[in-house]
Amino acid sequence: ASAQLQLAVPVAVVFAPGSVPGDLPKPLPFRDVQEMEISVNLRTSVTSHYEMIYRRTTAREEAALDAATAREADAALHLLQDASLGSLTMYVVPETSSLLPQGISVYVGKHRSALVRAGGGLAALHTRLRQLTQVMSFSASSVSAALSDRVPDGHLGPGARRHLKSSLGYEITFSLLNPDPKSHAVDWDIEDAVNRYVQPVLDKLSLVANFSVDSQILYYAVLGVTPRFDKESSSFLLSAHSLPHVINPVEARLGSSAASLYPVLNFLLYVPERSHSPLYIQDKDGAPVSTNAFHSPRWGGIMVYNVEVPASPQASLPLHVDVDMERVMEVFLAQLRLLFGLSREELPPEFLLESPGNEGLADWELDRLLWAHTVENIATVSTTLTSLAQLLDKIGNIVIKDDVASEVYRAVASAQRALAELAMGHLHSAFQASKEAVTSSERAFFDPSLLHLLYFPDDQKFAIYIPLFLPMAVPILLSLAKIVREARQRKKEPTKMD
Amino acid sequence: RGSGMQAAVGLLLLLLLAAAVGPVRADAGRARRDALREELLLSPLPAGDVAATFQFRTRWDADLPRGAVSHYRLFPKALGRLVAALGVRELHLALTQGFWRTQAWGQPPLQAPAGAELWVWFQPTVTDVDKAWKELSNILSGIFCASLNFIDSTNTVTPTASFKPLGLANGTDHHLLRYAVLPREVVCTENLTPWKKLLPCGSKAGLAVLLKAERLFHSSYHSQAVHIRPVCRDASCLAVSWELRQTLTVVFDSFSSGQGKKDWSLFKMFSRTLTDACPLATQSKVYVDISPKNKEKELLEVTPVPSSLHEAVVQGEKRTYAVYDLLSPSLFNTSRSLNVQLKWKRPQDSSELPIPVLHAQRYVSGYGLQTGEISTLIHNTHPYRAFPVVLLETVPWYLRLYVHTLTIITKGKENKPSYIHYQPAQDRTRPHLLEMLIQLPANSVTKITIQFERALLKWTEYTPDPNHGFYVSSSVLSALVPSIITMKDTDMEQSPLFTSLFPSSDGSSYFVRLYTEPLLVNLPTPDFSMPYNVICLTCTVVAVCYGSFYNLLTRTFHVEEPSRGGLAKRLANIIRKFRGVPPL
Repeated sequence: ASAQLQLAVPVAVVFAPGSVPGDLPKPLPFRDVQEMEISVNLRTSVTSHYEMIYRRTTAREEAALDAATAREADAALHLLQDASLGSLTMYVVPETSSLLPQGISVYVGKHRSALVRAGGGLAALHTRLRQLTQVMSFSASSVSAALSDRVPDGHLGPGARRHLKSSLGYEITFSLLNPDPKSHAVDWDIEDAVNRYVQPVLDKLSLVANFSVDSQILYYAVLGVTPRFDKESSSFLLSAHSLPHVINPVEARLGSSAASLYPVLNFLLYVPERSHSPLYIQDKDGAPVSTNAFHSPRWGGIMVYNVEVPASPQASLPLHVDVDMERVMEVFLAQLRLLFGLSREELPPEFLLESPGNEGLADWELDRLLWAHTVENIATVSTTLTSLAQLLDKIGNIVIKDDVASEVYRAVASAQRALAELAMGHLHSAFQASKEAVTSSERAFFDPSLLHLLYFPDDQKFAIYIPLFLPMAVPILLSLAKIVREARQRKKEPTKMD
Repeated sequence: RGSGMQAAVGLLLLLLLAAAVGPVRADAGRARRDALREELLLSPLPAGDVAATFQFRTRWDADLPRGAVSHYRLFPKALGRLVAALGVRELHLALTQGFWRTQAWGQPPLQAPAGAELWVWFQPTVTDVDKAWKELSNILSGIFCASLNFIDSTNTVTPTASFKPLGLANGTDHHLLRYAVLPREVVCTENLTPWKKLLPCGSKAGLAVLLKAERLFHSSYHSQAVHIRPVCRDASCLAVSWELRQTLTVVFDSFSSGQGKKDWSLFKMFSRTLTDACPLATQSKVYVDISPKNKEKELLEVTPVPSSLHEAVVQGEKRTYAVYDLLSPSLFNTSRSLNVQLKWKRPQDSSELPIPVLHAQRYVSGYGLQTGEISTLIHNTHPYRAFPVVLLETVPWYLRLYVHTLTIITKGKENKPSYIHYQPAQDRTRPHLLEMLIQLPANSVTKITIQFERALLKWTEYTPDPNHGFYVSSSVLSALVPSIITMKDTDMEQSPLFTSLFPSSDGSSYFVRLYTEPLLVNLPTPDFSMPYNVICLTCTVVAVCYGSFYNLLTRTFHVEEPSRGGLAKRLANIIRKFRGVPPL
């Protein structure tokens, strides 16, 4: 399926007094559109329009920019912006401004704004703004990662397939694996930890999808690999190349989510057996991993939690262990961000990103997620509807019920609406429309009446009538052979006469 | 999911994260809100077989259906989420292979009909019970690898009197109840594995190490069940706890496998012995039924010496149990493993079997493929007490019951049921449901007969092997059987698990639920190869006709000159030459 997507990003560039470059083409305020073309494959391309509005600061913005630090300025400016998703505001501050620390020329705040140090004329400002918009909205790599199904193999980096497919909801399951309940009585206060660390992030992400969180404790659940004993450190080691074999035996115990169809994110906390502890994970170079954790793309993460061995060997078994949830949740939250593709990319050194704080992710990171998911949803809808159309083409006499047809119409209409909204720069409504399109198209595609096995293939119909066709074909073929033979003889006869 | 897993493993990447070690929060000694008790009951049966009943009970002091709980410890998450998501108040699922022979084996601790049985009470908040029921059976079929997804409106009924909630319930509006039996279901290893996976210790420790599939299915009767119900949290019953009871009953034919001896041991039956209790269990016990039969004592001998003896009145009989407590450290002092053995001191003649007070048989009679008759015989062998019994019959729609032919005869006289509920079948949508409350006089046999007509099915409605016949599920008998010995009111929490699933109302009677044999009925079955045969035959005839007609139309006739003849003629002439006869 071919697809041409247009993404519009409204960007406001606000010049503080003393920062206006001398070589502006027009007097302020003015509008300008910049285009960027991202080609995913031969038939899919994405055009992005940056609708730039250049203006001067208002009096209140000037007052906000007078703050002592960039963080305070960001907080004050947040109150003055329109909060629509996907729009960006960039404040250009004078070159000599003390708002930004030394050596830093771009500061990205917690919300949808950034501070840019002026200097170097309009051209330098333009390149900087372009870099900044790509960080805060989408870049060629994030768009092609979202369209990874259409990108030919080998054209993507290893990280591009790491993050989760867009879905209407996700189930997050925390599992505590205790393979040795005779020696360790492990307790974790997961309820409190979820409320304290995970829920704020999920509240923020609730715009993207529905989340449900649950947890379980699995006893006698062992990893699929026997760790190697290392004499030097008197510990057990799991090497990086054996990690792929760790998950499969555990997976059988995790239990699928029977009650919903959403993808599951698994976070496992593994307390090694007494005979195998302490257990450390080694990376590819053989160095121990500081967090003792690893993650598997689109699946989840595993962390190994070693129990401190008591000083006296006669300590009564089972040993009571209370898991330090803060340490564990820190790792799991970082893995959660990675799985959603929210890893912070390599940036030039003059960029400074504000840490998102307790909420776990900044507003512009949410926007990034929404851009990527909207694009991915539209691509999914077009793929689903294309394969549905292919199926219908293949079986001529398939019955299409009215409700299936209406779902298809709805999916197409929603997808078109999503495209239109994207082209206008309305990220939120575009995302909603794309979600509806996905729901409708999947419902149509997975309708039980559209099972191709319900229809007799034509070759089998032919096979049934073989007893008719075969005896009928014999005299016809024989007489055809006879005609050919006679024709040949007739051709030969005149030469014979000579 | 499989391909996703592969992709996930294939793309597995190391993640290096910098983690700051936070302060350790000391929060020890939280109260446990869930508990596991495990129990094995070994009872020698009169005919020389041995029945082993495993019961694993997980009790959770939490409010499941509110959906507030999502953090699981001992209670399996798969079932907990199911109960919460679909508004289940009570769930009973049994998968059974074989038939419990009540006449030879006595009253079962927990019987189940052959095949799969599922009955569920939903919460009053559930608006569309049928939809929830459909969804539930589909999910359970996934969890237990059973064909429960074949439960639909044609085999689901809503009994009005037979299946009352076993747990806490306010109000018994039977519209919230659904009951279905799949008698054709075959139970095997693939159903046992997910069942074992629900146990907190799996089959790695505790009594569950004995659950070895190759032994369990080499038996005369195998029944595994899951019961979920709300129970009182304490005596005051102000809060609700949830109970998951996993039971498994097997009957081993020790008589034929043990060279005519009735001695048995754990190792002989399961080819394993017990080495420890499940470390998560608060109670782990093995009970052996050593009740003296026929007043003769000291007939049998169990080794090792049991930790204690337990006396209880179970199903109207006084029973003595030898108890082995796996949690007591003294048990494993002398030997590392526990192998319970039972020896008979002298050969016991099995001529006089104690006949259970209530038992029943059912069979189908009649000849031909048009009509037939279902007969049920219910025996009450109590010498002087009469008692009522609720009979539930579910008959598929393709057997059209003639209700006017229903006769109930006891001791040669007609017996009028005091309650009757009949829901006629509708073709292809719902089965017949017949419920009756029948009074059984003392020492009597009651015969219930009803005639039916066999319906013709559409050719797509036949099961894969239609000449095998069609199953009609067992009928269910529920009764409060008067007890010969009065029973004490015991503390439910402390008594052995096998006594406490059915609530007993008072000391003078006990609850029994019996299932009769499933029936196998032949329906008029067409010859399924006939359409193809007809096609073949007509095609051949048409083809032959066409061939000769075509031949006639296309052939050109011309006079053939006599030729020197073919190979046969030449051969004949050579032979003639040898014989000296003139050639042809």
